[in-house]
Amino acid sequence: MNKPLRRIAIFCGLLILTLLIRDNWLQYVKADALQDNVNNRRISIERYAQPRGDIIVGGNPITGSVETTGSDFKWKRTYKNGPMWAPVTGYASQAFGATQLESIEDGILTGNDDRLFFRNTLDMITGKDQQGGNVVTTLNAAAQKAAYNGLKERGKGAVVALEPSTGKILALASYPSYDPSSFAGNSTSTDTKAWQKLQKKNNPDDPMLNRALREVYPPGSTFKVVTAAAALEHGLYKSADEKTKSPDPWVMEGTTTELPNEGNIPCKNATLRVALQYSCNTVFGKIGSDLGNDDMLETAKQFGFTSEQFTPVRSNASVFSNDMNPSQTALSSIGQFNTAATPLQMAMVASAVANDGKLMKPYMVDELQAPNFDPIETTKPEELSQPLTPENAQILQSMMETVVQDGTGKSAQMDGVTVGGKTGTAQHGVDNSEKPYAWFISYAKLSDGSAPVAVAVVVEDENANRDDISGGGLAAPIAKKVMEAVINDKK
Amino acid sequence: MSSTTNSPTHHTSTIGAIGAPSRRNTELALLVFAVVIPVFAYANVGLAINDEVPAGLAGYGLGLGLLAAIGHLVVRKFAPYADPLLLPIATLLNGLGLVVIWRLDQSQRLQQLAENLYGVFSPSAPNQLMYSAVGLALFVVVLVFLKDHRILQRYTYISMVAALVLLLLPLVPGLGADVFGAKIWISVAGFSIQPGEFAKIIIGIFFSGYLMVKRDALALASRRFMGLYLPRGRDLGPIITIWAVSLLILIFENDLGTSLLFFGMFVVMLYVATERTSWIVIGLLMSAAGAVGVASFASHVQARVDAWLDPWSCYKTSGACEQIGQSIMSFGSGGVMGTGLGQGNSDLIGFAANSDFIFSTFGEELGLAGVMAMLLLYGLIIERGVRTALAARDPFGKLFAVGLSGAFALQIFVVAGGVMGLIPLTGMTMPFLAAGGSSVIANWALIGILLRISDTARRPAPAPVSNPDAEMTQVVRP
Repeated sequence: MNKPLRRIAIFCGLLILTLLIRDNWLQYVKADALQDNVNNRRISIERYAQPRGDIIVGGNPITGSVETTGSDFKWKRTYKNGPMWAPVTGYASQAFGATQLESIEDGILTGNDDRLFFRNTLDMITGKDQQGGNVVTTLNAAAQKAAYNGLKERGKGAVVALEPSTGKILALASYPSYDPSSFAGNSTSTDTKAWQKLQKKNNPDDPMLNRALREVYPPGSTFKVVTAAAALEHGLYKSADEKTKSPDPWVMEGTTTELPNEGNIPCKNATLRVALQYSCNTVFGKIGSDLGNDDMLETAKQFGFTSEQFTPVRSNASVFSNDMNPSQTALSSIGQFNTAATPLQMAMVASAVANDGKLMKPYMVDELQAPNFDPIETTKPEELSQPLTPENAQILQSMMETVVQDGTGKSAQMDGVTVGGKTGTAQHGVDNSEKPYAWFISYAKLSDGSAPVAVAVVVEDENANRDDISGGGLAAPIAKKVMEAVINDKK
Repeated sequence: MSSTTNSPTHHTSTIGAIGAPSRRNTELALLVFAVVIPVFAYANVGLAINDEVPAGLAGYGLGLGLLAAIGHLVVRKFAPYADPLLLPIATLLNGLGLVVIWRLDQSQRLQQLAENLYGVFSPSAPNQLMYSAVGLALFVVVLVFLKDHRILQRYTYISMVAALVLLLLPLVPGLGADVFGAKIWISVAGFSIQPGEFAKIIIGIFFSGYLMVKRDALALASRRFMGLYLPRGRDLGPIITIWAVSLLILIFENDLGTSLLFFGMFVVMLYVATERTSWIVIGLLMSAAGAVGVASFASHVQARVDAWLDPWSCYKTSGACEQIGQSIMSFGSGGVMGTGLGQGNSDLIGFAANSDFIFSTFGEELGLAGVMAMLLLYGLIIERGVRTALAARDPFGKLFAVGLSGAFALQIFVVAGGVMGLIPLTGMTMPFLAAGGSSVIANWALIGILLRISDTARRPAPAPVSNPDAEMTQVVRP
């Protein structure tokens, strides 16, 4: 009987060995994957086990944490002025996860980032609880407030303000917005209800959409700035005051359709300056048609079109199509047809012109801080591209300044400050049936020649007319307030 | 005894027969560790959860120490040559089980869950301590009153009837309780009892007694076919009967584990008794056929199999998938070193966290290192059991010891493999660790029986009786 007994002994040993191998597979090979499994509640438990670090604007936190009871999540996120800052912070909800800055910088905010490892180890030895670090943003509280309040009076829309010389994002507002505090917890009676109310299917206004970064709008006439830049850069015209070869009316190449201008404006053979001042469709349409799809696309790409931006929060890619025929290129060059841009994209256009042709990479995180405020990582301004030579940029600046001085953008004028801008009204929907978008992009230049701010504003408004004046009338005042806020803040 | 049938290996029957040391002091030294380690673990849990040494530490230490001391003294008096490892390992596992059950009692999540389900939360650790004491009492009873395991041979057929009754009790209406789909419980006077745990031991008596008598017929009367000795048709009777009974358990009690345990135990003992590999082949084929057949008809078993194949695809919709998914994540989140006792989140498993799934808590809080140590401890119990079978001098003792050890091994494999997602989950409990009276009491009895068999095996042979013939020879010599 002993021979089979020995075999049974080996068999039992093999059973245990199989379990040991399986355990090594689970707890060593697969451990990381299982820890990060989407169903693993430990991730959220960890995230809320201690107060999160804060997101900071101008030295003041715009977030906070409160201790909660009756849940396995110890701390809950709170937001100061939540709806105003939501496009910047995103949300961190016990029940619904985290997005945008709250998610991207989660490691720093929870204190789990590898760069905090040494400090955490020290804390563990000295018996202190782990602490989260802070995220210092580039935003300007006064500008953000001006942007948000301006939109609130007007309705749906978005504002982005940049510092042209660095690419710092100064304002990033979207309206209607949401309060991330309202669903930061995990109560089914309050948080889940608040969350569901904000979803697009229950709320046609889609308040959780970050319009500043994630919505692409037809840019309308504001795109003519890009077309003008393309004309200068590709040598089609050499100066602002040279007569262009622009018949009026102009029949688009390859078609029998006339491209109309809005109203009775002096567009025939107008100079670039006059064409921008009155927003001539014929002049800029023909420029697009003359340059062709490839040249237009090249300049648009230099301004950032067709690429997503990571600020580090991702923005959608703006659209300028290729493989278009001359008439489609003409329409695209006046911001119609397929052309579509995020508010961030149009702010980048204004910013590049204001910064003498150099486009800086837009960013909103200035510094990541350890819990004791020591810097861990500081963002350095970075050049993205050079869509214009400094000379051409200055020509374009003088054209945009004329627009504000004598053209469609008069409502953005400011005392003692040189403002350059461009209005736009974009029609959309089938047969232009939906509410048009009123656009305004601009920059402000101080007497010392520095340009501290470039802005893009888009407002969706019932009252917008089909002419360009609505861009000036609805969007420009918001842009002006934002620019004023930045300039006053500098003083 | 084995020498009568098996010529080349008969010498092993004399292992340790003469002048073997009793090893009782080794056992005592190991027991000290077996008590001290859980006491430290208990303090560890208290410090981790409440930042203080738990108030009951001294009481717990003394209680576990007292149980261990009683066990040791009884073994010293009534089974002095018994295996020295079994009692300390069982004590250590039982002690650690108590600590982890107490740790899960502290979990707010589980307290909340109990309040939602039953309206009131009652801690499991005090009950488990009481059951452990009862288990040890049964262990003492076995050692004191079972002077020789061969006495059990007399009850071969009574055991069969008793085991079948126990196995079928959960099916009696009004007595059986359906817990999470498996009908393996009965409730008597407010206590939940898992009769299968006791049936495991009792049916071992039947198998051993039966096979001891019939093994020659089952082994010798056979035809050779393709290298295998195939049994005669009529000798297939017993294995088919046991197979049918275990299938009935699987179908009517929805319990793959118990079913596999009984059939596996029988095949192991049949193989040892007859030394015919063909029985293993036949057994594997039959269990495969049975498992596949039942899995394709019983929806409960199907759900378990689906959850085992891919817990993530049905995680949100099926309780079975969530359970196994939670258990696997618990192991994974423990990593190599574990979170430390009291610092994990294995209570997310929720239902049965301290019984069927208690091993997941060990996985998360003690890590790969701790789980491997636990598995090796179980492996040691099993191998000491098989060694006892090797050393035993009578076929009944050999069969009984290997049957109990084999069943223990299968149970470890089925439970640990189930919670680790290696095989489909079954409703059995980890011996000594899991909360539950039946399991801990039955397993203490099992250890008692193994100690009794090993004592008989290792006890020095009685001094040769003086032989008158031999003396006469001496007289003649000069």
